[in-house]
Amino acid sequence: MIHNQICTFFLGDSCFGVDVSCVQEILRHQESTRVPLANGEVGGLINLRGQIVTAIELRARMKMPERDPEKRPTNVVIRTESGPVSLLVDSIGDVQELSDESLEATPETLTGRARELIEGVYKMNDRLILVLDVDKTIGFDASVV
Amino acid sequence: MLQEDDALIQEFLVESHENLDRLDNDFVNLEEDPTNRELLSSVFRTIHTIKGTAGFLAFEKLETLTHAAENLLSRLRDGDILLNQEITTALLTVVDAVRIMLAHVETSNNDGPQRYEDLIEQLKGIVERGGEAAPASSSEEAEASATPASSSAEAETSAAPADGDASDSSTEAASEPTEETDACDVTAAAETAGDVTGKAADAEDAPTGVAAPQTDPKSAASSPAGGETKSEGAHSNVADASVRVGVELLDQLMTLVSELVLARNQIVQHVGNDREASFLRATQRLNLITTELQEGVMKARMQPIGNAWGKLPRMVRDVSRACGKKVRLEQEGRDTELDRTILEAIKDPLTHIVRNAADHGIELPEERQAAGKEPEGTLRLRAFHEGGQVNIEIADDGKGIDAAKIREKAIRNGRITVDQADRMGERELMNLIFLPGLSTAETITNVSGRGVGMDVVKTNIEKIGGTVDLSSEVGRGTTIKIKIPLTLAIIPALIVNAGRDRYAIPQVGLKELVRLEGEGAESGIELVHDKPVYRLRGRLLPLIDLTSLLKVGEEKSEESKDEDPVVNIVVLQADNTQFGLVVDSVDDTEEIVVKPLGPQLKTLEVFAGAAIMGDGKVALILDVLGLAQHSGVVTDGHDAGVKDDADEKRGDREETQSLLLFRVGEDRRMATPLHEVARLEELPSNQVEIAGGHPAVQYRGEIMPLIYLDEMMGVGRSAADREIIPVVVTNRDGHSVGVVVDEILGVVEESLHINTEDAESGSSMLDSAVIEGRITDILSLQSMIEPEASSLRLMAA
Repeated sequence: MIHNQICTFFLGDSCFGVDVSCVQEILRHQESTRVPLANGEVGGLINLRGQIVTAIELRARMKMPERDPEKRPTNVVIRTESGPVSLLVDSIGDVQELSDESLEATPETLTGRARELIEGVYKMNDRLILVLDVDKTIGFDASVV
Repeated sequence: MLQEDDALIQEFLVESHENLDRLDNDFVNLEEDPTNRELLSSVFRTIHTIKGTAGFLAFEKLETLTHAAENLLSRLRDGDILLNQEITTALLTVVDAVRIMLAHVETSNNDGPQRYEDLIEQLKGIVERGGEAAPASSSEEAEASATPASSSAEAETSAAPADGDASDSSTEAASEPTEETDACDVTAAAETAGDVTGKAADAEDAPTGVAAPQTDPKSAASSPAGGETKSEGAHSNVADASVRVGVELLDQLMTLVSELVLARNQIVQHVGNDREASFLRATQRLNLITTELQEGVMKARMQPIGNAWGKLPRMVRDVSRACGKKVRLEQEGRDTELDRTILEAIKDPLTHIVRNAADHGIELPEERQAAGKEPEGTLRLRAFHEGGQVNIEIADDGKGIDAAKIREKAIRNGRITVDQADRMGERELMNLIFLPGLSTAETITNVSGRGVGMDVVKTNIEKIGGTVDLSSEVGRGTTIKIKIPLTLAIIPALIVNAGRDRYAIPQVGLKELVRLEGEGAESGIELVHDKPVYRLRGRLLPLIDLTSLLKVGEEKSEESKDEDPVVNIVVLQADNTQFGLVVDSVDDTEEIVVKPLGPQLKTLEVFAGAAIMGDGKVALILDVLGLAQHSGVVTDGHDAGVKDDADEKRGDREETQSLLLFRVGEDRRMATPLHEVARLEELPSNQVEIAGGHPAVQYRGEIMPLIYLDEMMGVGRSAADREIIPVVVTNRDGHSVGVVVDEILGVVEESLHINTEDAESGSSMLDSAVIEGRITDILSLQSMIEPEASSLRLMAA
């Protein structure tokens, strides 16, 4: 039985997850510089110890309603070939050990962006964890509005 | 000279080993996908590069072998021959043979005694047979693969004759597996043997070196094991005062230093509250050390471009000698500093360009004299910082490139259709030379002319985000301009504010700052139609408001409106056009470290990158040319090169342009690109005089000829009946020419659908468009007054 370690986080009530191996670090809210003319999926630029990191507004990327402006997002910093990228999420969960047996394909009824970005679904006793395709989630062109 | 050679060889070895490792993988992948053009091209380039360098360094055997392999690869790349197992094996054998030769180069500075004639014959055979299976391929393969090993064993014995033990052991190691037929095992063993001998040979050489004159040669060679350890020691002794450091490590250091700077800044801020003297002193020391460390690390990444030019003089000499030419190499701006990674990336392209220029560009002395030129050709290298970019120019005064020849060749190779070719300007045609497989050299020489080179140049430069442009005049010479962006370079920049954000503008694009206060702020900015302009010393400067361009103006506070109005104009230069950027306020200039934006943001043309400011926050760097293009001040003339997608319909390109709209005759509406307009004037009609049979006015101390557009367009002359005539002033060769219209209507921003199919070449009428609901003719004033400079230039832009 293969166990996968999935780092989980929340957007609203939904629980998402990415493979823990691609997560570089988790950061509390960071002050960011907005990028004019970019579409809403870009949350801004943050200074991560001297490196400039693009923060991706995951809610916008998933076509979910905007976050309550009072609430500050958490950065899930993803390691990529072209440097780190941050995903802005509502709150961070924990790392779950999950077996392949509980993994199912994305339901056919899912459409649009969610279908594009969600790779599969882990069935937990109390909830579902939607696993993101990291490459697709961070791979987009922000000049396309 | 000797040292220079050694450095060249060292570099060649390092490069080639890397390339060979990649080749192994490429071949394996190719076996699965034998028609993959990209892989084939990559393999071809690698072999081509090795062959080229081997040629300069006079490793003639290595050159001959790689030349044969290259011939085969070029057929494979062109699809004439299909890759099969026999060919792959043969090519892999070449790779192994090259490795052995390189091992020889490393130990004894020559490419070894073996000529690999069998292997060369085999390669030739494949080319001749067109890839058909050989009658007895299996035995041939076994033979070919065995040869390198046995030969290396021989060579090793001769390479280290003084060192009995070591050479014995290497002969053993190599001769044993020679009996086997497995190619991989044999070469692996041969390589190990090569290593042992290599070290032994080093140990031998070391005592004669400057650094370790006291070492006893006997002890170094006393036993194979001892010889090895000793030689390691000798290595470090000989190594001079510099250390090779990976760029990655430098990057890491740089990042850490930036972090340290921020931490330092925070501490320094706290010091104000703490009066303890020792802490204060410590903080000052920390401050100082951090600054120095930062400078040091930044400096470590920068190198003068002269380093990349180091091997060029030698190469030019060799090439020109080989072809019987005389070439003088001039260098300017050798100390222009470049980021290390960029320097590495441009080395190969530069070598290719210079080699091409010496080999094909410059003519033979007799030809030059016949053409009335000095027998000695000049090749000029020039490097300088401009526009936030590093510019490198390679100019020769040779025979130039014939656009017609390129055209012909491109059509023959099926790169473009006749139709497409007809629509291309000369400049565009010239730049076709950067397509793979295009070379106008009539004969393929040993040095260049296969049509590799230039596409490699373009690919490599574009990989680091640069551009290449080529201009040439038949009989006069060729100039290649390379522009490399400023990633990771440290540049001075002006910090401005718009909305609530800071932006950095690279100082190089900056012309001047204009500040309008009080009344000037209210009346200084005029509207041409609804587009703001400012009269800068009498010239109309189109203005772009940064806040509204970036759409960040939502939070303008109420109070600021009540204060004295102030307008800050940053005058910028993009290509050949100036424009003014209106910002909320101007801060100071700062040295910033340019960092690239993530891939998601790469397509935002208005930003060149980002930088971390003193307070640790991120500021975006504005791209001056991008700004101008985004707002239509200049059209996309930056990349005149041909798009890879040859199917792209050039006639369908849409561009946004600022157009000056005017009325001619009773109701004919016409427009001209704003950048062709120098000034707008209203002149009393009684000032019009006749000069040389043509109407003219005295204007700014010169005689300005007038062209009546209504007359020219055949819509009847009406302007003469009026007292004041509106004149659009344009420039030709520095002289003003006035174009009389009936009414100036304003400036519009149009996404111009230039239909080049309808526009005849040489016609000043570019197109018609529907502007503000009316059919409007778009006119090029420049080409109207100068018919030869056809409208193609505009369309190519």
